[in-house]
Amino acid sequence: MENGKRKLALISSRGTLDWAYPPFILATAAASMDWEVGIFFTFYGLPLLKKDFQASVSPGSNPAMPMKMPFGPEGFQNFNWPIPNLIANNIPGFESMATSLMKKTFKNKGVASIEELRDMSVELDVRMIGCQMTMDVFGFKREEFIDEAEIGGAATFLEFAADANVSLFV
Amino acid sequence: MSDLKVVKTLDCSGMLCPMPVVKTKKAISDMEIGDILEMISTDPGAKPDMEAWARQTQHDLLETHDEGEKYRFLIRKTH
Repeated sequence: MENGKRKLALISSRGTLDWAYPPFILATAAASMDWEVGIFFTFYGLPLLKKDFQASVSPGSNPAMPMKMPFGPEGFQNFNWPIPNLIANNIPGFESMATSLMKKTFKNKGVASIEELRDMSVELDVRMIGCQMTMDVFGFKREEFIDEAEIGGAATFLEFAADANVSLFV
Repeated sequence: MSDLKVVKTLDCSGMLCPMPVVKTKKAISDMEIGDILEMISTDPGAKPDMEAWARQTQHDLLETHDEGEKYRFLIRKTH
């Protein structure tokens, strides 16, 4: 903790739409409270730093995910559609349909998009560290990532996190 | 309402967490010390969040009005 500022250190390791939210929400909220914030994007979290990224939900791998319809009367919208795993996992196009329904539901309810939250993180000087090792493993290039991202490894993040007040792995 | 002089009004109606807090921070940054910001939110979560935000940033949350569907916050920039 430098300059008496509180410090938040986050690890973002999952790239689905739903799991992309928590690190960006916490980062922007903390930065808005004048905290110093750093996020280490590693494994499946790393693509969230790409200039172009497509985060999807994965209902098949998360059976607890509620399926909501983003249109129609309120009772219809709030209804939780039971989707058997057999369908969620096996019907081609189900994931992209579920993703677009989820994005629409978020938007209708007034939740910012991941893109907006990331832009805000940049604006609020959130330090975003992309994992070099993950880049090497998946064959990503530096130029695929936003300019504001810095590239580093575990030691880079740990040095930042060493005196953090709050550290979370997402 | 009190007779505090509001310099700027920020309408966060329809926005959910963390937007009211983020927008408030941005609005406060562009104001002068001593200025009063009025922030309007329809998010019930904004009440505890604005209280926490004010404690953390040490700006003064002068008043909170619960107007049923809407919350109205008056914040004085302190630094």
